[in-house]
Amino acid sequence: MTTATPPITLETNAPVPTAIAAPKAGTRTVSWLHAGRAVLNIFMVVVALLWLLPSLSMLIISFRQAGLFETSGWWNVITHPLQWTLYNYRELFSGGPGSTVPSGFRAGGALDSVRTSLEITVPATVLVVAVSALAAYSLVFGRWRGRNIIFLTIVGLMVVPLQVAILPVVEGFDDMGKTIGWNPYGTIEGVVIFHVAFGLPFGIFLMRNFFLGIPKDLIEAGRVDGAGEWTLFRRVVIPIGVAAAASLAIFQFIWTWNDLLVALVILGADPHVPITLFIYGQERTLAANFWIISTGSIVSIVIPLAVFLGFQRYFVRGVLAGAVK
Amino acid sequence: MAVVTVDEVASPPRRKKGGSLDRPSLREQAASLAFLVPGAIWLLAIVIYPAVVTVKDSFFNETDTKAVGLTNYKNLFTTAETLIAFRNNVIWVIIFPFVVTTIGLVLAVLTERIRWATAFKTVIFLPVVFSVTASSMVFTQIFDTSPQVGVANALIQTVSDWFSPPGAYPLSPGTTAASLASYGATGGPHGTVVTTSAVNAGSAVKIGLTGFPPTTFQALGARQAVLPKPAKGDIVGVVWRDFSANNPTNTSSILPGEDGYPLMHLSLLNTHGSPVASATTGGGGQFVFSNVGPGAYKVSVDASNFAAGFGAGGVGVSWLGGQSLTPTGGLGQTEQALLSVPLVDISMIIAYLWIWAGFTMVVVGAGLAALDRQALEAAKVDGATEWQTLRRVTIPMLAPVLVVVLVTMIINVLKIFDIVINMAYNTSEPGGQASTLASDVYFKGFTNGIHTGLASALAVILFVLVIPAMLFNLKRIKGGGS
Repeated sequence: MTTATPPITLETNAPVPTAIAAPKAGTRTVSWLHAGRAVLNIFMVVVALLWLLPSLSMLIISFRQAGLFETSGWWNVITHPLQWTLYNYRELFSGGPGSTVPSGFRAGGALDSVRTSLEITVPATVLVVAVSALAAYSLVFGRWRGRNIIFLTIVGLMVVPLQVAILPVVEGFDDMGKTIGWNPYGTIEGVVIFHVAFGLPFGIFLMRNFFLGIPKDLIEAGRVDGAGEWTLFRRVVIPIGVAAAASLAIFQFIWTWNDLLVALVILGADPHVPITLFIYGQERTLAANFWIISTGSIVSIVIPLAVFLGFQRYFVRGVLAGAVK
Repeated sequence: MAVVTVDEVASPPRRKKGGSLDRPSLREQAASLAFLVPGAIWLLAIVIYPAVVTVKDSFFNETDTKAVGLTNYKNLFTTAETLIAFRNNVIWVIIFPFVVTTIGLVLAVLTERIRWATAFKTVIFLPVVFSVTASSMVFTQIFDTSPQVGVANALIQTVSDWFSPPGAYPLSPGTTAASLASYGATGGPHGTVVTTSAVNAGSAVKIGLTGFPPTTFQALGARQAVLPKPAKGDIVGVVWRDFSANNPTNTSSILPGEDGYPLMHLSLLNTHGSPVASATTGGGGQFVFSNVGPGAYKVSVDASNFAAGFGAGGVGVSWLGGQSLTPTGGLGQTEQALLSVPLVDISMIIAYLWIWAGFTMVVVGAGLAALDRQALEAAKVDGATEWQTLRRVTIPMLAPVLVVVLVTMIINVLKIFDIVINMAYNTSEPGGQASTLASDVYFKGFTNGIHTGLASALAVILFVLVIPAMLFNLKRIKGGGS
C-alpha cells in the first residue's frame, strides 16, 4: 500500500472462488455446500440490514411528525403508515418570518450551514490538491538533494494530531489581527488555512505515490528538449495525474466536510457555521429538537453521499492509499 | 529545514566528470525546489512551528506568562480529572482497534463468497462517508433511555416482556404492593397482597386496594364492584377500589361508584401458604374458587399483577448516562474510578464500530484480493477446511495488512473526539465519565477563553502517544522501497 495503489474499488472485487466443489465431491457434499451458501447469504443479508438500520431510522424520523418522537419509536411507521410528513424539511428549508427554528439561509439556518460547509470545503479541497501536486512533483522529479528526508518528514506529519497545533495557530491568528489588521480567527479563511495545512501531508504522500508511476525518462527527455519545470508539470505530469488528483480531491472533500473540531475552535462563536457545527449546536440548545437534529443530519449527508456514490472508485482508492492517516 | 543539511553531510556531493546533465546547476535545482515552497511554508507555519510552540507552552502557566517547569505534566498525571481521560483512552485503545479489525477481516473473507459483494460492501462502507457528528446523532437516538425512543432499550423491553410480562397494574417506582392494601388484606411474601383472615368454603372475601389511577383499570373495562353470593363449596370474593370520592372515609363497604379491578390474577393458599387454585377477576372485580375442599384458606393477589416490566415509565438502561461496570472489593475510590468501564464508552464503541467496520473491511479486502491465490488453492487441494485455510494460510499472509489497519485504528481512537462530545455531551467535559485526552484539550484550551498551559501539555502527551505509530509508518514506508 506504500507504492501506487492497485485500482481496487468496492466494485472490482477479487475473482470469486467459484470452483468450491472438489472434483471428487459427491452429491451429498454439493447439497451441503448449497445449504452452507444459503446460510451465509442469509447471514450477510442480516448484517447488511443491521448496518442499514441506523441510517434508515434517522431517515424515517426526519419524515415523521415531530411530536411523535418522544412517545412512539420510529419503527411504529410499520403499523401506522400515515405518520409521514414533509413538514420537517419544509420548516428547515423555508422557515417563514415567524419561524422559531434555525431555517433556510438565515444566519445559522440549515441551508446557510450547507452553504458555509461548501465555502470551506471547496477552497480547502482545491488548495490541497494544487499545493500537494506541486510539492509531489518537486519530491519525485525535483533535482535537489534531501528529497527523501523531506518526504519522510511529511510521512511523519501525517499522524500528527491537529490538537498539537491548534492552540498556537489560534493565537497566531489573533497576532495577525494586531499586526497586519487581518485576523483569520472566526472566519472561513481561517478554517480553510488550517484544513489545508493538515490535508497537505496526506495529499503530498498520495500524489507522490501516483507520480512515482510516471516514467522519469519522460521528464528527462523533456528537460533535454529544454522544457521548463512549469511546462513539464503542466503538460506532462498533470494530464497523467488527473486520476490521482481526483482521488485526493474526493477524499479531502469528504474529510473537510465532516470536520467538527476545527470549525468548533475557529468558527465556534460565528453566526455562520458549517453543517456539522449546526447539528452539534442544535444538540446543545436547552430544548433540543430532535426533528431538527435528525433532519439536519440527513441534509448534512446528502452532499458527501452524492460525491461518494458518484466517485466511489476514486474515494476508495484514496482511502486505501491513506490507510495510515 | 535542518534535516536537509544533515542529509548533505551524510552524503557529500560527489563530483562527476563532465556531463552537466547528471549534476544540475544551482538554477536548475532551485527551479524544481520552488514547487515545494507553497507546501513547505504552509506546513511550517501551521503545523511544525505551532507544534513547537505547543511544546514550549506546556512548560508555561495557563496564560502563557510564567514558566512553571513540569507543573502541568505533574498535574496531568495526578489530578483525577485527567486520569479519567487517560482511562477512557486506554479503554478505547484496548477494545476498539482489535474488534474493528476482526470485524473487517470476517466481513472481508465472507464477502468474497457472495455474489452481491459490491452491494454489501457499499452498505457497510456508507457510514465512513457520513460525518461522525451525524452518526453520533443516530446512535444517541438508538441508545435513548426511553424504550419508546431508543431501539436498544426497545429490544431489551421486547425480550424482557417475553420472559416476564408486565402486570396489568404496574407499580410506580418506589411503591410496594403492601402499601396498596386498604381493607381485608395486607402485604404478603414476595410482593403479593394476602387476605388478613382465613376463610372456609362457602364464604365471601373482600379485598380493598387503592393507589391506582382510575384510568388504569377503566382501560381494562372495569365496572361497579359487586360481591358475588357464594355457592356451597366455593370461596368467592371481590377485589375492588376501596375509595369513593363522595365518601372517602368509608373504607370497608362497597359503595356506588367504586369499581372492581378486572384481570387480577389470584391464588388460593392453604394453611402452609402454598397455592392450591388460581382465579382471575371479572369486570366487577369478582372471583370464584369452585369446589374448595375443607380447611382454612387465604386469598393472595399475585405479585405478577404489579410487575412494572422493563422500561416502565420510559426509563430503560441509561446507555449514555453515568452508569459503569465498577470493580469492587478492597479498592479505594480513586482506584475504583480508574478501573471502571463506563457504559457510555461501550455504547460509543458500538457506534464507532458501525462507522469504521466498512473501512477495515475494504482495506483488508484489498489485501485479500492481492494475496497469492495459488497458496490458497494449494491448501484446499491438500484437503484443508475453510477454517484451517483461514487460520493457517490467509491470516498469516494478511498479517502486514492487518497490522496497518490496527495501527491506523489505534491512531484514530487515540485522537477520539467527535463522537465523545456528540454522543456523551453531558459527560464529555473534563472529569466527565466519557472525557478523553482530545476532548480535554478542547474544553481546557478553548472554552471560557484560551488557556494554554494544561491544554498544551495534554496535546503534547497526545502527540507522544502517536509517535510509535509514526515510527511504524516511517519504517514501513522506508522499507517499502519508495
